[in-house]
Amino acid sequence: MSYEEKGQWVYLASTTIAYGAYLVLMLGGAGTTPLPEIDYQPVLLWAIGASIAGSILGRIAIEIIRPSDLHRGDVRDRDIGRFGEYVAGIILGIGMVGPFILALAEFDHFWIANAIYLVFVVQTVVGAVIKLIAYRRGF
Amino acid sequence: MGRPTRVTNDIRRLRFGQGEMTQAELAERVGVSRQTIIAIEQSRYSPSLEMAFQIAHVFGVALDDVFHYPTKSAEESQ
Repeated sequence: MSYEEKGQWVYLASTTIAYGAYLVLMLGGAGTTPLPEIDYQPVLLWAIGASIAGSILGRIAIEIIRPSDLHRGDVRDRDIGRFGEYVAGIILGIGMVGPFILALAEFDHFWIANAIYLVFVVQTVVGAVIKLIAYRRGF
Repeated sequence: MGRPTRVTNDIRRLRFGQGEMTQAELAERVGVSRQTIIAIEQSRYSPSLEMAFQIAHVFGVALDDVFHYPTKSAEESQ
């Protein structure tokens, strides 16, 4: 597995784990409180921070355990990266229509912030999965 | 899912003809990862024209001695 492919696995894992943890902590802490009244901001910011830190630390850990023979992307990595980012960009563009509509309809900040976070997670996951399929099946 | 590229190659044969050159050695000489050489050998990745020339230069042969693309008549006869 190449350096960049390992990076995509780590990125995918850290993003999904952080989002899953965010949902569990946010919804678990809600109890009988209506969702828009939850103090979600600290949990959301911690989840994003943990996701970024997890990506960096995970990548370092994997390189210590199973070092790659090349520690930079090559032309194939760049081709696959562009392809994945192109599809992820479309997902992001379409997905952001949701939060935009929520904002126009003057929904609570809770729903807008969570919709934006969800779209970012979906575009990250789709982009990473597409890149991993390209690595595995060919491009 | 079928092969993502119709470009075939003789890299494996050429490597063995060059004193059993490893994929890692070829990768180092071309400046790519070993996984990229594996993907090209297995026709899972079609290299750029520049990389194709680099690979041909490593073996000291012409481009079409390394890479092949099926002609329409060849496909129809299959």
